[in-house]
Amino acid sequence: MSDDAKTRTPAIEGWFRMDEADPALLGTRCTRCKTYYFPKESSFCRNPRCSGSEFEEVPLSRRGKLWSFTNNCYAPPLPYVAPDPFEPYAIAAVELAEEQMVVLGQVVKGVGVEDLKAGMEMELVLGTLYEDDDKEYVVWNWRPVA
Amino acid sequence: MADEVAVLGVGMHPWGKWGRNFVEYGVAAARDALADAGLEWSDVQFVAGGDTMRNGYPGYVAAATFAQALGWNGAQVASAYGACATGAQAVATARAQILAGLCDVALVVGADAAPKGFFAPTGGDRPDDPDWLRFHLLGATNPIYFGLYARRRMEAFGATELDFAKVKVKNSQHGYTNPNARYKKTFTIDDVFASPMVSDPLRLLQICATSDGGAAIVLSSMEYARKRTTDPVRVAAVSTVTPQFPQTIIEMPNFSTDSAVSEPIPDTPFKDSIAQVAYEQAGLGPEDLSLAEVYDLSSALELDWYENIGLCNPGDAEKLLNDGDTTIGGRIPVNPSGGLGCFGEAVPAQAIAQVCEVTWHLRGDAGDRQVEGANVGLTINQGLFGHGSSVILKK
Repeated sequence: MSDDAKTRTPAIEGWFRMDEADPALLGTRCTRCKTYYFPKESSFCRNPRCSGSEFEEVPLSRRGKLWSFTNNCYAPPLPYVAPDPFEPYAIAAVELAEEQMVVLGQVVKGVGVEDLKAGMEMELVLGTLYEDDDKEYVVWNWRPVA
Repeated sequence: MADEVAVLGVGMHPWGKWGRNFVEYGVAAARDALADAGLEWSDVQFVAGGDTMRNGYPGYVAAATFAQALGWNGAQVASAYGACATGAQAVATARAQILAGLCDVALVVGADAAPKGFFAPTGGDRPDDPDWLRFHLLGATNPIYFGLYARRRMEAFGATELDFAKVKVKNSQHGYTNPNARYKKTFTIDDVFASPMVSDPLRLLQICATSDGGAAIVLSSMEYARKRTTDPVRVAAVSTVTPQFPQTIIEMPNFSTDSAVSEPIPDTPFKDSIAQVAYEQAGLGPEDLSLAEVYDLSSALELDWYENIGLCNPGDAEKLLNDGDTTIGGRIPVNPSGGLGCFGEAVPAQAIAQVCEVTWHLRGDAGDRQVEGANVGLTINQGLFGHGSSVILKK
């Protein structure tokens, strides 16, 4: 790395733990019915049989099973910030056992749909979504467990 | 069983990329529907409009926009938006007005002028809007979600890219002579496989385009209809249900499903429930259908619908397709219009266009794509933010 390495900053505040060694999605959990939410719900519980309105922030499981996957072969429109030339990337839908929910995420660079298979174990890592002159904007990625 | 209303007239402006104002397409369709019904615009007491989100304020107040363009006649108006279910929500509004005895004759109109390429979220910097965020943080276009569903079908049921291609080929053979279709061309398996990959396993020819178009129907009370015709097509059901919590299938524009830790997963998944509620209203079942118009946003999604509407068990849709059951002439033709594969999507018009198509079949007016002896037809669709709709029509 050169001295002018860019600052890494989350592309969105509060959605994940910005810890390269131990990242995690940050959700909330209703203190009454224990339902998980990602992105965070912090006003009223969306379980129609729960009147809860208090939530605790919780890190979600870092590992899950691949439910399905696909990719973008063409650059999405704004507000996606696409590199030029565009590089295709995969998107994974991963089932978290503890939370009993499926969460989407981009797959790490270098892993394509040909490397993926439903049921594979996936883990959460951090990756660069886009960059400008000063900063690298970071987002969560899914990566097959080696 | 729900009470019925009559379909007195239907009309469409052809789908395409015409580059004109959406109002023009809606008015053309409305005039055709009124002529088809043998009614004057002055006979219409209520206008239900399907909103478009891509044409500024006139699109948000579609019913009034169309009423003004037809020439103010004092009719009551209501505009509806429900993503891909928009047109059916307008139908539901008009039907409810008629069944409540508040009016005898209602006009339902939807039209759109769509931009080229991927649908994008509303502009600006809006980090509270999940539709904006899914593009910004994931680049999750609509075809990304279609790709996830298609791949899931392959992984869960062994579906193949060839199966998906066959849906496109079938629908092109159904719709290439449809005067209202945008793509009047038959495609081969080779054509499909030669088209570029968009969101694996879906190629360009398997993903619904965005189109201009307009559709309209004239609805009336059964009492009013009986004075004019002996055997009108009837609306037997309109379902616009939302999901049940927890919704455990990922849906546009969400980042995640609901968590199922606190409540049992519903016995009937969302897309199945859209049809189930329609069947209950109509007092009919999948065995009664003569045809179905389903929302093939991707060719693979058509196969999901076969199962959602009860034509076969989960995992058996490919067999139904490959046996020719869903081809015109088969046991239960699906998308005789050519579907979205031949039309592309004109969002607020599309669910109304589905009703037009089924009506033509039930009247025996569908020309060379006619499903012989059609008595009952079902339409179904699903859009983002928990919207979906199904309409059942019968003779």
